[in-house]
This record gives sequence, C-alpha cells and structure tokens, in this order.
Amino acid sequence: MTSETTTPMIGRAIKRREDPKLITGQGNFLDDVKLNGMTHAAVLRSPYAHARILSIDTQKAAALPGVVAVFVGKDLLDVNPLPCAWPAGGFKNNMNTPRAMAVDVVRFVGEAVAVVIAEDRFIARDALDLIDVDYEPLAVVVDPEKATQPGAPQLHENAPNNVVVEWSAGNREGTNRAVASAEVVVKERIINQRLMATPMETRGSIARYESSTNEFTLWTSSQAPHVMRLLLTAFVFGIPETKLRVIAPNVGGGFGQKIFVYPDMVFCMWISRKLGRPVKFVEDRSENFKSSTHGRDHVTDVELSGTRDGKITGLRVKTYAGLGAYLSTIAPGVATTLYGRIVTGVYKIPNVSIDVIATYTNTAMVDAYRGAGRPEASYLIERIVDRFAAELGMDPAEVRRRNFIPPTEFPYDNGLGLLPYDSGNYAPALDKALANVGYADLRKEQATLRAQGRYLGIGISSYVEICGVAPTAWANGQGWGAGLWESANVRIHLTGQVVVTTGSLPHGQGVETTFAQIVADELGVPYDSVLIEHSDTAGTPFGYGTYGSRSLAVGGTAMVKSARKIKEKAKRLAAHLLEANPEDMIFADGKISVKGSPDKSKTFGEIALYASVGASMPEGEEPFLDETTYYDPPNCTFPFGTHISVVEVFPDTGAVEVKRYVAVDDVGNIINPRIVHGQLHGGIAQGMAQALYENAVYDDNGQLLTGTLMDYAIPNASMLPDFEISHTVTPSPVNPLGVKGAGEAGTIGSAQCIMNAVIDALSPFGVRHMQMPATPEKIWHATRG
Amino acid sequence: MARITVTVNGKSHTSDVEDRTLLVHYLREQLNLTGTHIGCDTSQCGACVVVVDGNSVKSCTTLAARCDHASVTTIEGLAQDGNLHPLQEGFWECHGLQCGFCTPGMIMSAYDLLQQNPNPSDDEVRHGLEGNLCRCTGYHNIVRAVQYAAAKMRGEEVSAPNV
Repeated sequence: MTSETTTPMIGRAIKRREDPKLITGQGNFLDDVKLNGMTHAAVLRSPYAHARILSIDTQKAAALPGVVAVFVGKDLLDVNPLPCAWPAGGFKNNMNTPRAMAVDVVRFVGEAVAVVIAEDRFIARDALDLIDVDYEPLAVVVDPEKATQPGAPQLHENAPNNVVVEWSAGNREGTNRAVASAEVVVKERIINQRLMATPMETRGSIARYESSTNEFTLWTSSQAPHVMRLLLTAFVFGIPETKLRVIAPNVGGGFGQKIFVYPDMVFCMWISRKLGRPVKFVEDRSENFKSSTHGRDHVTDVELSGTRDGKITGLRVKTYAGLGAYLSTIAPGVATTLYGRIVTGVYKIPNVSIDVIATYTNTAMVDAYRGAGRPEASYLIERIVDRFAAELGMDPAEVRRRNFIPPTEFPYDNGLGLLPYDSGNYAPALDKALANVGYADLRKEQATLRAQGRYLGIGISSYVEICGVAPTAWANGQGWGAGLWESANVRIHLTGQVVVTTGSLPHGQGVETTFAQIVADELGVPYDSVLIEHSDTAGTPFGYGTYGSRSLAVGGTAMVKSARKIKEKAKRLAAHLLEANPEDMIFADGKISVKGSPDKSKTFGEIALYASVGASMPEGEEPFLDETTYYDPPNCTFPFGTHISVVEVFPDTGAVEVKRYVAVDDVGNIINPRIVHGQLHGGIAQGMAQALYENAVYDDNGQLLTGTLMDYAIPNASMLPDFEISHTVTPSPVNPLGVKGAGEAGTIGSAQCIMNAVIDALSPFGVRHMQMPATPEKIWHATRG
Repeated sequence: MARITVTVNGKSHTSDVEDRTLLVHYLREQLNLTGTHIGCDTSQCGACVVVVDGNSVKSCTTLAARCDHASVTTIEGLAQDGNLHPLQEGFWECHGLQCGFCTPGMIMSAYDLLQQNPNPSDDEVRHGLEGNLCRCTGYHNIVRAVQYAAAKMRGEEVSAPNV
C-alpha cells in the first residue's frame, strides 16, 4: 500500500477507499438503518392519472392489528407544499408544487393519497388493501404538446393551457432571415423520450423527532442533504433550520433523482412528530418508477440552415418540455437554462433562436436526470447536424470540422445567454476519435458490406456540456433561488490527521478518494492521513451537494483553497519558530523551510502539533490549523469530446449490435484516471440505453406502462459493449485544478452517437431519422419501407 | 409460522418465520445481514442474490421456510479469515463498483458463475451476469473484475488492467 499512497497522488489510478465496506456487505444504505421503536410507512397511491377524491375510508385499515395510524392529505394541511427552487423564466402565479399527499385532486398515477404506519412493513402493506377511496375520474393529458392545445384537460386552474413557462433565447429575427434565405434547410421533429433514472437503490426517508428538544433527524437517500434541510425547514415546516439534521447514508446511485425534496421526507417527519416514534419509508421499485422524478420528455421541432459547402447559418428550435403534474425542485431550470442555452453545441452558429414551452401533464414529475438538459441539447444538435450532412452528401466528420468553434475564440459566447465556454479545442478530439476507430477503413468496410447486403453504421457525436455549476450571481439571473457555491473545511488535528468536511458528497463517484488525493498533494501529507467527511448536516459546512458534475470543480476547489490557507498560516507559524520572515518560507515535500537555508525547517506535522497545542502562539495568531472556504466559481466548465460508434443492424430481426464504442473525452485535468474512466463508462451506458432500450411510456389514460423492471429496459451486461476510452486534455482556466468534470459527459455524448450510427446503417433504406429508442420493431419496419 | 434451522455463513440459526417471509427479509430483518440488498420487486435486478447450497438464488423470490436445513452464503460470508475473496479483490482492484448497491448480488452471481465455469470468455461473463443489473458501471469493469478473480482462482498471476 505504501507505494499507492505517497504523494504526488494527482493523476494516479489508485483504487478507491470507499470500496472495502461495499464489497463486504457493510455499506449501510438507507434501508439498513434501524432505530429503536421505529414504525414503518406504506403509501396508498392513486391508480388514476387525474381524479377528484370524493372520500377516503381508512377505518378498516386503522383497525388491523399492528397498524399504528393512518393519515391522509387533509391531516397534513399545517405544512406547506414542497418548494420549487428554480422558477426559471419568470412565473405568473402558476407555480404548482406537490403536497406530501394529495388533498382533493390527484394528478398522476402514483401520487400519494394515504399513509399507513404500522409495527412492520408487511402489516403496513397489508393495510393498504383495506383503505377505500372513492374517485371521480377526470380527463387526462400526458403529451407535453397536446397539453397546450385548445380543449386539453386542465391540470391546474392557475395554469391556462397547462403552460408552466414560455421561455426563449437567441435572435429570432436574424434566425428567421437566415433560415428563409438559406441554400439548404433541414428540419425534423425530434423526440427526447421520457426516461427513469433507476438508481439501483430506490429512495426513501427515515425521520425521528425528539420532543425534548423539538429536533428532527432525517435519514434520506439524497445528493444534497444541506439543501433538503433548508427546504424542509424554511419552506415546508416553517421551523428554524437548526431543528433538523439531515443525514444521507451510503447512497446507492442518484443520477439526479436524489437531488430533490420529496413528499416522503415531509410525511415521515410530520408523522414522527405526531406519533413520537421514528418512521421509516423506503420505496419499492414500482413506487420509484411511478412517483419519483423522471427525466427528459421533450418534443422538438428543429430547423437547421446552411450553405451547400457545409457551413451552418442558422438554427431554429421549438421545444415542448413535459414537467409532469407538478414542479419538482429544479425542473423549470432544467428545461430552459440547462438545455436551451447550450443548444448550439460545439458549433459556431451565427443565428440561433429557441423557444421552450414547459407544460404540466398527468404524469410523474420530470426533473434533472444525468446530464439534465444538456443531453437533450446535444442529442438535438448532433442529430440535426448529421441530417444536414446527409442532405449535403458530405461526410459527417467534415461537416462537424467546418463548423467547430475555433480554438482561438475561447472564451466563447454562443449568443444564448450562457456563460462563456471556458476553454476548448474540438478538432483534436475529433481527429483522435477518427484515428482510434480507424474511420477511413471503416467507411470502406461499410461500402463492401453494403454490397453484400450487410448494414454497418458509423455514428459520430461531438459534444460540449456545462459542468461545475455554477457562479451564484449568474444562476440567480436564471431564476435559481439559492447559491451554487460549495464548501470545504480543512483542519489538522493534533496527531497530524487531516480532516476535510464538505457539503459535497458521493453516491458512487468515489470522491472520498479523489478529494483525498488532491488534499494530500496540496498539503504534502500522506494520502492515508486525509479523512474526508460528508453527507451529514451536523459536522459539515453548508454546501449545495452533488450534481451537475460539480463535486471536483467546485467542491474540490474549495478544498484546495482551504488547504492553501492552512499552508499560509503554517508558514507564519514556522517563521515564528525558526525566527525567520514569513515571506521567506518555502512549503515543499511536507516541510516548511527557510529560503536558502534548507536545514532550517519544520515538518508539517511539527507545525500542526505546535498549532494544535497552541501554547506559545505568535502575537495575533489563533491556535489550530482550521480553515474554511465557501467557493463560488467564476464560471462553469465546459467538457467536450467526440464519440464514435460502429453498429450493425440486422434487417431480418431488427436487432442492433454495437460493435465498437470509441470515446475521446476532454474533461480537463484528471485526478484519478480509473475513476474518470468508470464515470465515462457508466455515463455512456446510460446514453446508449436511451438510444436502444429505455422508454418510460404512459398510455392515454396516464397509466405508466413501464412500471417495473420487467417493462423498463435498463440494460444488463450482455446488452452493452466494451468501451474504448481516451482523452485530450484542455485544462479549465476556471479553477486551480484545471478540472472540468466527468460525471455526465458520457451520457451527454452517447445517445446521438448510437442513433447516428443506426440511422447511418439504415440510410440505404431511405431512413433519415428515427425516434429513440431504436427498438428491433422500429428497425424491422424501417427496413421494409 | 414455520420454525427453520438454517446455516448462514457457517453459523447455525433456528428461527420462527412467517410462511410468507422471503429469504431476503429473513436475512436482512431477522439476522441483520443487510449486505444483501433489495433493488426491485419483480426479480429483475439481482441485488439480492445469495448462494444457497452451492447455487446462486434471488433471495427476494425464495421463501425463508424453504431454506430449512439449507446452507446460505451471503456477501458477509465470502471473505475468509480476514482475507478478501478473489472476487471482492477483483471488484476493488478493477473498479468494478461505483455506488456499491448492486455489488453484493453481482459478486454472489459471479461466484456461482465461476464455480460452473472457471475460465469464462468475456462474453460468457456478460451472459452469466444477465440476471444482475448495475446502473453505474456500464459493466465494462465488472467483466474485468470477474476475469481478475477467475485468473486468481485458477492460480494465475493477476493485476488490474491499466487505464
């Protein structure tokens, strides 16, 4: 182990410190938490997508032995509905958020109607069958575009035509002129289907209330415990923030779904206070699918104009974005800012105009899912650019190259109200991907095989995304209602152990390992002496949590800054002990020495001990090495890359085989290559799954037809290929680590990469576009005209 | 109610279980062996896989009462004398896990796979793990992890692939 843990640690593919507990069954996930006197909740959920609740009879359920109590929506009217923290685009009093349980009207299948509390989870479930609810069904709309049409069923009185917000960006007149006068215009209706995040651990909450202190503790599977604490106390319960401690135990995957505040958090807290006993609720999988947030759900009409020689002159976009029956925590911002402002992708496009109409539908809430807006944007632009290339009969790699933002134009303003792209150099990533996949030979092979009646397809995707979210002032200008900085406290204990606490937290990303690598290097101390503490609002500084590929770029930078403050103080203390000037002190290799006199030095451990004891501090200095940083980034970061896939489609069966997947990702500097590759693998898998397998389907009655893992096809091991990952490295100038972020890049680059390959394979059949997922049935039909 | 005597990770337990109690709930709720997870309610995800009398089973679709006189191995029982099993080592060395929720079931399925086929091809590993879902890794490193373990169990020199 020694060789694995000696600095420098940055850049080394060390294995993760998170793993020993996870590979031995000691993970301690939410459902593993047991408290004395704990009761168990089961939720009765609406079977109707839209209905008036006429009556609820809970008497028989309450009488079942082992049932402690039954509650309905009307019981919880003394707490507020859940807040929406990102009312992007301005609201005209039409913001509708869910309550812990429905009161008079249910608006999607799976909305909570009643909660049974029992001595064990099995009795609670049994009791659900004894509750009688009388519903009056109402008309239903599930399609985000149809919801806006005259005569569509109305979900909320304050939202005419079910419109949440109408949002636009860019230059409408210029774009209209560009499109009207163009040599070539391609247009397409492109659907980005509804997806379900499907973390392998579902969500849930355990709440405990201490009546002696009026304090709650909430264990919840969350990506943002401090934000949950803020939203639940200040907005839902109207109690001081200090009266709630939120703990995220080991989180079994999030992918966005666990960023948000949910009804179960509220009813578990409320009921635990009411009953004076802890309350536990853990979703089963079908509840996770029906009632936790979904992702995507865009219907878009896009037109791209250009010249015959492949220059793009304009892009006009109109998107209907379904947000579900109510607004989830950050939903409006995902459909607008995080999507619409980056819809030009990696291209310099002189005229762009985008309209987003976000709507209410009788479906589960839609919010951020891995990539959150950027996958929808990159899918859109990369599909329509491929469509443009096909229209011109030009190689899709060449069309991309001709339109890339030149490296000389960074920082680059795309004209859509986004922050400037921090740094980029897109052609080398494309060239490397083309070389790695052997593009020229592949095109020859494709021609040869076509002559034999075999259909090879090659798909290219060049993407850019927004990571390291975000400068608070900018985010506030986008309607975001809070900060987006991140915190880190670094302190050196008397024994020389370094303890880092942060508002950032992992749910599979391995940031305990990555964070320790950067702090060890920054302080010049052994990796094993750095402890990273997180996920508990008690004992960590307020921070905004983990999403938007921000942990390293924002949270990691906060750690670097705290470590640097510690070094400055250590230098002052060493100078005092060595009777030298602080400005003459040099910090290197875990030692602080006097410039020009390397024999005059103190080890970092000696200084830490001296500061921790604090017996003879210099004038004006406090004991202890303990520094906190709240780091608000000056910009986001913009990772990019090119992915190329090779598929074969089989017209007889409609099957698709992914033969190769080559990715060149530029995520800036890399701290731990093994972890970064893992993030890219998983990200690519999720985008590929959208392209080929996954689709969350509601029927016209609002029934979720894909309500279990029998129907919703997240891929197993035999459905995915190996991934060939490499990089270019363009450090971000935004942060001192030069990192950009890797958590979402794979997903943002991959869906269109596969779809472009499938459509390329099918081009001999005249196919120019196909909606995801490219199922065998669709392909079989497509090959038969 | 049924009274069962079951050996779990080498230790004998005699317990009263409801007729409907599933093995996964017995392990998690009565024996406090929470390393075996529940990720779905339709037997798709495989997070609950344990080994019963030498064969991997989904403990969410096995009645506890059926395990009377059976020998059960869970993820907690895989390491011996403080030494990780080669599969546990492989998953750690090859970054075969991220959030770790699917990992216990994945490892127990792989354990059965390697008992049946000590020298699988990558394709055989992928097909052998079809009953286990992972949402984090894309399976790439899971295949590497199982091959690492397979080689080690065959007595070969092994190291994690470079990245």
